[in-house]
Amino acid sequence: MSWAPAFLSNPERFMAFSRWAAPMFGVIAVVLAVIGLWLGFTAPDDYQQGQTVRIMYIHVPAAWLSMFVYVCLAVASFLSLIFRHVLADCAAQAAAPLGAAFTFLALVTGALWGRPMWGAYWVWDARLTSVLVLFLLYLAYIALRASLDDEAKAARAAAILALVGAINLPIVKFSVDWWNTLHQGASVFRGDGPTLAPVFLWPLLIMGLAYMSAFGSLWLVRIRGEVWRRRAEAAAVRAARG
Amino acid sequence: MSRLRALLSREVALAWGRGGGPLVAVGFYAGVATFLPLAIGPEPERLAAIAPGAAWVALALASLLSLERLFERDYEDGALDLLLLSPTPLELTCFVKCLGQWLATGAPLALAAPIAAIGLGADPSMAPLVFACALLGGIAFAFVGGIGAALSLGARRGGLLTAVIVLPLFVPPVIFGGGALDAFASGLTWTSGFALLGAYAAAAVAFGPIAMAAACRNALS
Repeated sequence: MSWAPAFLSNPERFMAFSRWAAPMFGVIAVVLAVIGLWLGFTAPDDYQQGQTVRIMYIHVPAAWLSMFVYVCLAVASFLSLIFRHVLADCAAQAAAPLGAAFTFLALVTGALWGRPMWGAYWVWDARLTSVLVLFLLYLAYIALRASLDDEAKAARAAAILALVGAINLPIVKFSVDWWNTLHQGASVFRGDGPTLAPVFLWPLLIMGLAYMSAFGSLWLVRIRGEVWRRRAEAAAVRAARG
Repeated sequence: MSRLRALLSREVALAWGRGGGPLVAVGFYAGVATFLPLAIGPEPERLAAIAPGAAWVALALASLLSLERLFERDYEDGALDLLLLSPTPLELTCFVKCLGQWLATGAPLALAAPIAAIGLGADPSMAPLVFACALLGGIAFAFVGGIGAALSLGARRGGLLTAVIVLPLFVPPVIFGGGALDAFASGLTWTSGFALLGAYAAAAVAFGPIAMAAACRNALS
């Protein structure tokens, strides 16, 4: 993948590539989601969780993506900060709301799953807490971008925050794990969970790929929109100068 | 060296003198600590159970309060431009500013923390650890908080934005300090939490100024 940023760093090439790649990823996402959901809903009930196990096909890929998108955001921010590349900044800007949406989806479906399984919508478990902190970090990134008027300054400030967050997130993960083991005792969790049988695993992996393609498609569409918006603004400035 | 000393005394004098920096922070801290029993109920056993943690959370919130003034005032009156032009690296300047912030508000808050904890019903034997945690945590709060303060320079609603940026970054020190206090209260070994808090503070001192300086340069560009 290391060729990708170099190849796509040319805006013209990026626009030509994303013109067909964005819809292609979208189609792949829809096809995979249909297959994954069909397999998931025809899979037998879990002997312990019954029907509720099907929430997994929505929830787990969303949780994967919540972290994957932050990695994309951090890499794009790094590239934009070091090379001052406009396209990398567009990519970071476009990724943040998508990441927040995936994180929110993971939190909500997790709560809906937790209610029948653990008897509570929310448990202060280590994983839940670190995903919640990740969500807050996305919100902070979006809020910082939104409240700085100067676009170039907002881009660099947001990129610094994304990198500070990327350094902080593993520490948050560690601290929350440490905290949870400290409060050991009332844990309702079964150690490492069930090792998934293939009949559950396959739809889950397909759904993971579907989410990935959906993110790829939406990301490209959003970057394209951002590029067009900036071009339009530049054109407006040129027109105003006469 | 004399430049740094002059800068430090300037920072402390500004934070201490104008606008009653430590007084505002300690007053806010006392206010939050007073609200807790009012909201939770005055039963001593219930309060005693949450006293160390509550005092610790209130401390994190109170250290947020004074962050806004760390860079904003210098940014507005142009002093930050002069600091950027001086031969002292901006990273070092940011380090000194945070140190001044810690001396002017972190240390008074650390003195107030054991009083608040005992007032809420914590055992008096906890006082030294509460003080030490507050002192060490104050370093982490000042140096991580400074990043948020520098990033929100020039923003609309800067103060609130700083809080939104900084709160997710405050999670590890809050957990480590709270864990140490909780372990001490229940008679377990508290040293691991305290050591982790110290490690976080040290990392914040080492890396925070780099991010702060980058953010300041960006705001001034």
